Amino acid sequence: VSTPRHRLRTGGLIDRSRPITFTFDGETYQGAVGDTLASALLANGVGLVGRSFKYHRPRGILTAGPEEPNALVELRSGARREPNTRATTVELYAGLEATSQNRWPSLSCDALAVNSILAPFLSAGFYYKTFMWPASFWEKVYEPMVRRAAGLGRASGEEDPDTYEKAFLHCDVLIVGGGPAGLMATLAAGRTGARVVLCDEDFRLGGRLISDSRVVGDRASADFAVKLLQELTALANVRVLARTTVVGVYDGGTYSALERVADHLAAPPPFVPRQRLWRIIAKRAILAAGAIERPLVFGDNDRPGVMLAGAVRTYINRFAVAPGGHAVVFSTNDESAGTVRDLARAGVEVQAVVDPREDTSSDVASAANAVSARLVSGGVVTRTHGARRVRAVDVRTAAGAEMRFDCDLVCVSGGWSPTIHLASHLGSRPAWDDKLAAFLPGPLPPGMTAAGAAAGKFTLADALSSGASAGLAAASDCGFSGQPVDVPATDPESMAGRPLWRVKGVRGKAFVDFQNDVTDKDVALAEREGFRAVEHLKRYTTLGMATDQGKTSNVNGLALMAELTAKSIPETGVTGFRPPFTPVAIGAFAGHHRGKAFKPTRLPPSHRWAQEQGAVFVEAGQWLRAQWYPLPGESDWLESVSREVRAVRERVGVCDVSTLGKIDLQGSDAAEFLDHLYINSWSNLAVGRARYGVMLREDGFAMDDGTIARLAPDRYIVTTTTANAAKVLQHMEFAHQWLWPDLDVQFCSVSEQWAQFSVAGPQAREVLRAVVDPACDISNAAFPYLTAGEVSVLGGLPARLFRLSFSGELAYEIAVPAGYGDALIRRIIEAGRPFGIASYGTEALGVMRIEKGHVGGGELNGQTTARDLGLGRMMSTSKDFIGRVMAQRPALVDPERPVLVGVKPVDRKARLRAGAHFLPTGAESVGSNDQGYVTSVAFSPSLGHWIGLGLLSRGPGRHGEIVRAYDPVRSGDTPVEVCDPVFYDPEGERLRG
Amino acid sequence: MRIPCCYCGERGNEEFAYLGDASVRRPLTGAHEACGEAVMRQWMDYVYLRDNPRGAHRELWQHVAGCRAWLVVTRNVTTHAIMHVEPARDVARSLAQGSAQ
Repeated sequence: VSTPRHRLRTGGLIDRSRPITFTFDGETYQGAVGDTLASALLANGVGLVGRSFKYHRPRGILTAGPEEPNALVELRSGARREPNTRATTVELYAGLEATSQNRWPSLSCDALAVNSILAPFLSAGFYYKTFMWPASFWEKVYEPMVRRAAGLGRASGEEDPDTYEKAFLHCDVLIVGGGPAGLMATLAAGRTGARVVLCDEDFRLGGRLISDSRVVGDRASADFAVKLLQELTALANVRVLARTTVVGVYDGGTYSALERVADHLAAPPPFVPRQRLWRIIAKRAILAAGAIERPLVFGDNDRPGVMLAGAVRTYINRFAVAPGGHAVVFSTNDESAGTVRDLARAGVEVQAVVDPREDTSSDVASAANAVSARLVSGGVVTRTHGARRVRAVDVRTAAGAEMRFDCDLVCVSGGWSPTIHLASHLGSRPAWDDKLAAFLPGPLPPGMTAAGAAAGKFTLADALSSGASAGLAAASDCGFSGQPVDVPATDPESMAGRPLWRVKGVRGKAFVDFQNDVTDKDVALAEREGFRAVEHLKRYTTLGMATDQGKTSNVNGLALMAELTAKSIPETGVTGFRPPFTPVAIGAFAGHHRGKAFKPTRLPPSHRWAQEQGAVFVEAGQWLRAQWYPLPGESDWLESVSREVRAVRERVGVCDVSTLGKIDLQGSDAAEFLDHLYINSWSNLAVGRARYGVMLREDGFAMDDGTIARLAPDRYIVTTTTANAAKVLQHMEFAHQWLWPDLDVQFCSVSEQWAQFSVAGPQAREVLRAVVDPACDISNAAFPYLTAGEVSVLGGLPARLFRLSFSGELAYEIAVPAGYGDALIRRIIEAGRPFGIASYGTEALGVMRIEKGHVGGGELNGQTTARDLGLGRMMSTSKDFIGRVMAQRPALVDPERPVLVGVKPVDRKARLRAGAHFLPTGAESVGSNDQGYVTSVAFSPSLGHWIGLGLLSRGPGRHGEIVRAYDPVRSGDTPVEVCDPVFYDPEGERLRG
Repeated sequence: MRIPCCYCGERGNEEFAYLGDASVRRPLTGAHEACGEAVMRQWMDYVYLRDNPRGAHRELWQHVAGCRAWLVVTRNVTTHAIMHVEPARDVARSLAQGSAQ
């Protein structure tokens, strides 16, 4: 690998002693530490780096920053392949692999460059006009074709192997941008002792101080930047974040910033994230984001070799690269003087300086003279020539004469547009400044000020001084004080210029938006076809809608439309900006919240034991619960579940019910509080007793159910369903703090503090006798159905025992502190072995609750009232409770409303499915005959056939009637017999046994 | 958006849950009171009807990922500026006192 041909022998901020090799399209090249991919490619004379989006035209490097529209490459390979990275911001690292995009078979010979010849058919809106008919062709023919032809890079298609991080940062003053204004602002604020954070997207701070060759005080501007940074790094209260782009502004002084922690390495080191998304909360912010140079609109202005003048200076001064051998400077402003001097110093021959102003300033004239360049005052470049690189330009003089200059570099400048994106993120519109011919920030977000070029202070002297005063002002707003910072003098400069929005009468394509291939003719077409409003122009031509969001094109496009409609620029309008300033990977927004870290898994206390039993698990909300416990030889879930149900019905079973929400409620007004929340009464529940309760939402629909036990006159243990645990707690907090603030109650969730097991079946008491300490009497007489009390287990461990039954059998729920849950389940199994105990999962639990007609998730679906659920009689008439009044609305007490019933198939072998709708026998299968639907089904081992619960219009009066369970989605149409929802032991004798 | 919780200080809005208009008050309907049309209309207003004012809005938020306090936040809904934050319990108590007098 040879040393780069276009690398200057001296100068620049690259480290020639540390060469780096990298590849572009498979070729190996050499760069140096301090290079970007773009500067390294230019140093090696690589001018052609991509093909354009629509016309597949050859494209080179236009800029030296994040605004780059052309030089988009795929970076890395395999799972790390990243499309559309801007070569101008990619920091070079050893072994970097880059590939050009949107070309086939190769970059220099692209078959689809034929699109350039088809250009007359590919103008703005061509999709809508060309691919209209036949309509059926769109999806199968046109769209795949368009997508293949147009477009940018390819995503890897693989899972991202890297990690991303989110972090918070609080400060007094946030400074956005580390150029002359930002550095001075940081110094001024930092010296007061305020907590200052400075973010700059570049890996090297300094902005135009290191891009231009200027004098500040008694030293070169690049050295001045180094000195400033040294002082800033020494200040403990200043934090400098390089490689960090502030991408968004949000309410309350909140900013988001993307730090590219490891993007400059081939792969992140162990335990280092690839990128980090900062949320910065700042009392004050200073927008010192600089400005973006505008290209000029002339014929074939996109040919590789056409480069922004400021970028040319950056490549020469900062990267020690001569981006060409023979240059023409085409600029509307006095900065061309500096451009000419820098070019000459880099050994680039300046052929001509073309200045559209007839009154070219003396500064520019003498710079041109000094290098014997032809000065064309009042002239314009009309067109470039060349194939994959500029070879010559046509220039038209003020008098209209045509001349041609040979060159391989065209340095263009149409003036500067302040980088004001962040200023409009909260919705304010930029304001046009006629004198500066630029948009300045409109009303700034609260706490934000602008300094330097972002505020229209384009000269270096103004940037330094406006930064210094903004920094001090921001710090003093935060209560800090300090002396004004001395602002050193700078060498003489002029930023004067006169805008030229387009060169008229040109041949060839004159691009406005390079990335989306939008030309001046497309803007004119939009105007002719009536898409004159800025938002219409944008969408019709796609101007400003590429990944660069029009950073180099928006103002030119707007000015063109203004000219076409004979309006001023502010009359024509302006588009605002939304976050993010530059593209942000989805991975950075997700951070750690990926896979299971996005939605954590909660494990009940018996989980390890259940795993040892080979349980099959199911996600129930955030919980992972045992669904059933297959035994060797069982081939089918139904076989296992039916065995578990039979074990409970015939002997005894145990199930982990710890996932139910548990709320410990205490206080002298606890009973009254519960009376407000639940439809039934609690004041009359005796201490040591438990009761089933239902709560409504204020709109009268059922919200949740559960059992509540009274442990003391002022203490209740409330349980909720697993799914609603958090919602019910929040509902109670609302009721307590907002609706009845004077009630003396306190409560908190104890769901995770207690392990709770249901022991159910005819032998449950016998099993528990071996678990509960002998001193506790749990005989039926001492501990009847619906008793609750404190006991001790496992030899002195405090526990709670509730005689509750969801299964319909003699059953208990026993609770111990969660850490003892594993020990308790093992003890219960051991004690139950002589009785043939089986562990049962959520499926068997569900089967048994359906056999007993208890409502579950299928019925408590947010659309049912207590009355619909057959629980209307529970609603107290002697107290007020949440939802009471609204539950009496005529539509909710309409006798036609579907109410809970049981159903069984007439053909006992038939299977039922939840979701089937009830239709009267013989009625047409149409919606108007719909009478309700099946909410839950199960195969009942106890009855030997499928059973279901459902909501049927006038259901309770129709027991014995045959209706259809109609399920067109799964081709089901099953005659079912309506019955009481309680299929098993309707008298409830078993649970009281 | 940042909300200054009365108990925890200023926190990001991702720590809070939003409920809505704090100006609506639950009607006091006695358990034995007949729910005629007027009472029903009062309840429909309470449960369903909300104004959507521009500018200042008093609204209920809960600091769910913090102290769990319900708060009455006065917020400008066009600028998201937070003007005032009070514990909901204090507001509810003073409203109750006001209506009792």
